[in-house]
Amino acid sequence: MKHLISTNTKTNWSLPAILLPVWLILYFNLQRIADFIIDRLFQMKPSTHLTESIRFFVFEVPKVMLLLVLIIFIVGVIRSYFSAEKTRKLLEGKSLFTGNVMAAFLGIVTPFCSCSAIPLFLGFVEAGIPIGVTFSFLIAAPLVNEVALVLLVGLFGWKVALIYVSTGLLIAIVAGWIIGKLRLEKYVEEWVFKVKTNQEEAEDMKIPFSQRIKTGFETVQEILGKIWIYILIGIAVGAGAHGYVPEDLMGSILGKGNWYSVPLAILVGVPMYSNAAGIIPIVSVLIEKGVSLGTALAFMMSVIALSLPEIIILKKVLKWPLILSFVAIVASGILVIGFIFNLVL
Amino acid sequence: MEIKVLGTGCRKCRTLEETTKQAVAETGIEATIIKVEDMLEIMKLGVMTTPALVIDGNVVLKGRVASLAEIKELIQK
Repeated sequence: MKHLISTNTKTNWSLPAILLPVWLILYFNLQRIADFIIDRLFQMKPSTHLTESIRFFVFEVPKVMLLLVLIIFIVGVIRSYFSAEKTRKLLEGKSLFTGNVMAAFLGIVTPFCSCSAIPLFLGFVEAGIPIGVTFSFLIAAPLVNEVALVLLVGLFGWKVALIYVSTGLLIAIVAGWIIGKLRLEKYVEEWVFKVKTNQEEAEDMKIPFSQRIKTGFETVQEILGKIWIYILIGIAVGAGAHGYVPEDLMGSILGKGNWYSVPLAILVGVPMYSNAAGIIPIVSVLIEKGVSLGTALAFMMSVIALSLPEIIILKKVLKWPLILSFVAIVASGILVIGFIFNLVL
Repeated sequence: MEIKVLGTGCRKCRTLEETTKQAVAETGIEATIIKVEDMLEIMKLGVMTTPALVIDGNVVLKGRVASLAEIKELIQK
């Protein structure tokens, strides 16, 4: 893999070192900048619904974008130290529970795209990693990620973000553990176990740090390029609801009081397919319209963790009983989480 | 030179294929580009994260899309 290292590395320490102070100055003066634009530049009448909505938007968009840039960059650099091959090596020979916990956490830091789910699954099986552990990885990887974290912090605060991340990890660990305990290996297509690959040796760690910084910038560019539009829409909707009194439109159906709100949200959410950035605007609408937090989180998790396209992809390597168990176990986990938060919060 | 683009058809894989074609055209190197979509073929090459790029049997890139400049550099080695 020595070709991997690009010699053309102009980016180094200096660029982040210059950008960080700029970031800090901007971030901690956002309210002032927003107020300046609204009150002085546009000279809008203060305290009207329209003004406050626009003020919210002008403040919130750069805030979330700045947070995303910083966090995606840091995560991008951290991820450059991980790879699917290294994760596989780390998980080899681990006992069921330890393996599940490790797999869930590695799911956060290993660079992974859902279109690699099958080769990754085959590679893990070949290394003798139990399917329960593999599932912990496959559940955590899309569910718990930096974009979800930043957006939840930005729009709903630290508490909600932490709840989301910790319960997401918990679902990945427990669901994988149960799948492992149920001994469902017989429902993996037979040919999967016959796959023989040239196992790549663990890659060298000698990638220069400047290359990792470059990777960080590329990750920011790639992810922000994909999700910025969802963020604009999400915050615009939030701003609209912020200035105007939220109607309690959905509250009567999907509010706290109704026991069926969580299962309903999951039933609607499971077939849908979206990533964290795409679903959070919808979640912010739901919450503004009176849907309780537990229900909204359950909806968000079921959309991200389970989807029809994913099930169709998994069908290539798994038989129906295993796929259905996987969906049922993850959905039940989300159901429990949704109920608990509707009760507690 | 034989260049294989490994990928199961997601957007990233198509991007890598197009960038590779462009890199080959711009550098003027004689190369055949083969798109490998078969999962077993991909696994035989020892790749777990697509898209990946294989030049003359060596895996030179995997799990991400490289820039045009980077691919040019890879094929000129």
